[in-house]
Amino acid sequence: MRPEVKDYLYEQYHFKLRLGFTAFAVIGLFVLLAFRFFYLQIAQYAHYQTLAENNRISLVPIVANRGLIIDKNGVVLAHNFFVYTLEITPSKVKDLEATITGLSQFVEIGALDRKRFNKFRAQSRNFESLPIRTHLNELEAAKFAVNHYRFPGVEIKSRLFRHYPLGKLGSHMVGYIGRINDNDLVGLEKSDQLSNYKGSDHIGKSGLEQFYETYLHGTTGFQQVEIDADGHAVRVLSSTSPTPGDNLILSADSKMQEIAETAFGNRRGALVAINPKTGEVLSFVSMPTFDANLFVDGIDVDNWKSLNDSLDKPLINRPLRGIYPPGSTFKPFVALAGLENGKRTPPFSIQDSGFFTLPNSTHHYRDWKPGGHGMVDIQRAITISCDTFFYGLAMELGIEKLTAFVSHFGFGRLSGLDIKGESAGLLPTPDWKQRRFKQPWYQGETVITGIGQGYTLVTPMQLAQATAILANNGVAMKPHLVSKIEKAITGQPLVIAPLIQDKIAINAENLEIVKRGMVNVTLPGGTAASIGANAPYSIAAKTGTAQVVGIRQNEKYNASSIDERHRDHALFIAYAPAENPTIALAVIVENGGHGGSAAGPIARKVMDYYLLGKVPEVEAAGADKKPSVSTARNNAPTPEELHD
Amino acid sequence: MISKLLKSLGKHIDSFLMTCLLLTMLVGLFVLYSASGQSFERLYAQCINIIVALGFMWGAANIGPTKLERIALPLYVIGVLLLIAVALFGSISHGARRWLNLGVMQIQPSEIMRIAMPMMLAFYFSKRESKPVLADFAIGGLLLVVPVMLIMKQPDLGTALLVAASGFYILFLAGLSWKWLVGGIVLFAASTPILWPLLHDYQRRRIEILLDPTQDPLGAGYHTIQAIIALGSGGIAGKGWLNGTQAQLDFLPERTTDFIFAVFGEEFGLLGILLLLLLFSLMIMRGLVIASQAQSTFSRLLAGSITLTFFTYVFVNMGMVSGILPVVGVPLPLVSYGGTSMVTILLSFGILMSIQTHKNLVAN
Repeated sequence: MRPEVKDYLYEQYHFKLRLGFTAFAVIGLFVLLAFRFFYLQIAQYAHYQTLAENNRISLVPIVANRGLIIDKNGVVLAHNFFVYTLEITPSKVKDLEATITGLSQFVEIGALDRKRFNKFRAQSRNFESLPIRTHLNELEAAKFAVNHYRFPGVEIKSRLFRHYPLGKLGSHMVGYIGRINDNDLVGLEKSDQLSNYKGSDHIGKSGLEQFYETYLHGTTGFQQVEIDADGHAVRVLSSTSPTPGDNLILSADSKMQEIAETAFGNRRGALVAINPKTGEVLSFVSMPTFDANLFVDGIDVDNWKSLNDSLDKPLINRPLRGIYPPGSTFKPFVALAGLENGKRTPPFSIQDSGFFTLPNSTHHYRDWKPGGHGMVDIQRAITISCDTFFYGLAMELGIEKLTAFVSHFGFGRLSGLDIKGESAGLLPTPDWKQRRFKQPWYQGETVITGIGQGYTLVTPMQLAQATAILANNGVAMKPHLVSKIEKAITGQPLVIAPLIQDKIAINAENLEIVKRGMVNVTLPGGTAASIGANAPYSIAAKTGTAQVVGIRQNEKYNASSIDERHRDHALFIAYAPAENPTIALAVIVENGGHGGSAAGPIARKVMDYYLLGKVPEVEAAGADKKPSVSTARNNAPTPEELHD
Repeated sequence: MISKLLKSLGKHIDSFLMTCLLLTMLVGLFVLYSASGQSFERLYAQCINIIVALGFMWGAANIGPTKLERIALPLYVIGVLLLIAVALFGSISHGARRWLNLGVMQIQPSEIMRIAMPMMLAFYFSKRESKPVLADFAIGGLLLVVPVMLIMKQPDLGTALLVAASGFYILFLAGLSWKWLVGGIVLFAASTPILWPLLHDYQRRRIEILLDPTQDPLGAGYHTIQAIIALGSGGIAGKGWLNGTQAQLDFLPERTTDFIFAVFGEEFGLLGILLLLLLFSLMIMRGLVIASQAQSTFSRLLAGSITLTFFTYVFVNMGMVSGILPVVGVPLPLVSYGGTSMVTILLSFGILMSIQTHKNLVAN
């Protein structure tokens, strides 16, 4: 037991002991702190230095001007202009509804604007700035600016907007841009382009806008800006200017485009015109068209529905994605296949009695002309589109040789045009049929392939390209819509030189026979004699009719009694001037009836403009009128027959 | 004549402590100028705070420890009564009930407790005739717990912690046995798993964020994260006075008060921090020397507690800014902006000086 009385010495000793302990504790804890500072400021210095810099410096992207799209005569098809947009960053706004209602006091905000905004919200992250109204006028911008303080999270931005001044004209060719979505982001990440799209809201979605995206977009510039904790810029540290996107100069002519589109009127179809010597695409028409401007800003639901649900399918790029049986337009190529394989060399002729039968079969493959054409050689068979002749030729050639030869003309393959989404069409073979249907190939199917029916499917682009190859004596030029890519600042052009894709070795005599047959098509006695009438240049052509609905054996095709959408497709291929072709084209008028009368006049107008500079008189009434199929002329063929 | 006046004025001032204090406060003014965005108004206001606080220090230094011993009990009683009054009638600001409106002025009774608590407990143990027994520590503990609970309820965790620390140091220096000390800590640690499930979800969440700020980087954790970035990016030599990006571009919150140390660390680097730590260490060591040389139980306990509480201020603040301690509102003494804490700190240093300079008188 310790004494009850205070032992001052003991107490003092004890106190100093404890005090000494605390002194060590103090030093120990300070050393601990010093270690912590050493760790933060020396060991982890680089890490925190980076974090502090990231805090401090913000890279503000400066979006590059998108390149222009210009036709061969300098007519602008796509350009940019600045507009004021009113934008909301949802994460910075407490009550979105109240804010929008408040804003509508100063700036008109319609139901469509709200709809579009809600669509954007659903597709984007909360901290992105989204437009609630675009194209503000000066007055609206000023009104908002005065009341800006009342709306945190709402800002006026000046944005570059894409505009297509010609609206509906050539919209499948030019294409359009739209807001960048998740898919686009994935694509940009793959191509390592993500950093170049900081600050970009739009990307090419279709047509040339999509294909030439890398050229059109340009290089985004950056400003290194010192920012404070609220994100306000304090000063600019450094700046890299953006490089504007390159301009595209097309080989197409907007006037020619307009003539072609007008010629279609309100019929559906496609036209592709190519310069056979260079591969330059002169016209690229898909009817009906749509206004590309609707898509730039995010298309609203109503417009989208009306475009997407329309029976006319205006959004389909028909020249590239529309697939049709070539019908009789296939015959010149089949004829060449026969000649090159040593079959039907003149003066070989057949006596056509109006039908063809396979050995050991009673089935009649009928000619379009009841009773037949009498004596027909290969050249005349093209001119008058004799089915019987080609039935026999196809059978004798055999399907393998036939398709192997015509594939050189680009059938069944992608043309390689500078627009994405092309369909390859179809050149059937027995192998293909086995794979597709698990069925053997029947000889009858070879027979009808000879007249472009059966499984064979082509796109208007392929048909035009095949015609161009034929016109160019078997030399296939790579087709392209853009002829020059021009640097925006220096104007230095990158010319897209003609590129030979393929050279088909064709005997000149054989070629001459086929070409002669095609020239005769537009001369009196040919199936498109009316198209060649009064033309100051010679036209080589071939008409075609592709069946939409099967007609049973012995049944007569009566156009007027058939629903308009079940009528035959009208096809027409041509090149001119025949001796030295500078334009080759293919026209398809859906449910147009006969190729010569429905599609031919459109081709003639385009050729007249291209070769003669002739602008058709305003006969809009005539063009808009639906062609009356029942008024078939003397030389108009009735539809070819299909196998049963 | 003047030198004589100065001599009599400085009679009870400890020159070593005074030098360290002035140096630290000078550093503090430089940092404050930078942290406030070069505001002369702030600087001026802080100078006023310092002058007023120095007045309090001089006053305290000139009051002898025996007089302090006499006012210990009344000061404590008044303090507790005011705390109760705050709990009942206090005005609320920033979600806490800390202030008492006396009509002419507003007072914060918890600040009184910072001085009154160690004085009271030192007084209590100096009055024990024998070596303090367990019952004494129990009573001491009760005297400690009541005001601390009242302050915690306001809530003012920082002040509660410091008041509790100041009282605890007295208990420790008075000889609270290691057995009870360790036992208490073990008991507290053992009880957490039992208490934890009893808490509400939001309470648990708050404690979790307190212990790990990175769980809430944009909310409660933001302060700590930005402060650590400031410190770390300061490196060895710092970014230079007025050149701390974290501080100057508003990334650091509370940078003139609780987080001023981050500004200092960012602009003056590790070297600056070590110098500041050295200054603080010198003051603490001087305080411990004063305590060890003090002649009465009251003064040695009080001097020890004041010194160690000062250390606690420094350690908790630096620990919280550098992310090794949870964020509780404790300013960096002598550096952070604020009149109340400046007065409390300098007043306590005044008491230390008083204890040091009056000891011969007592002995005689």
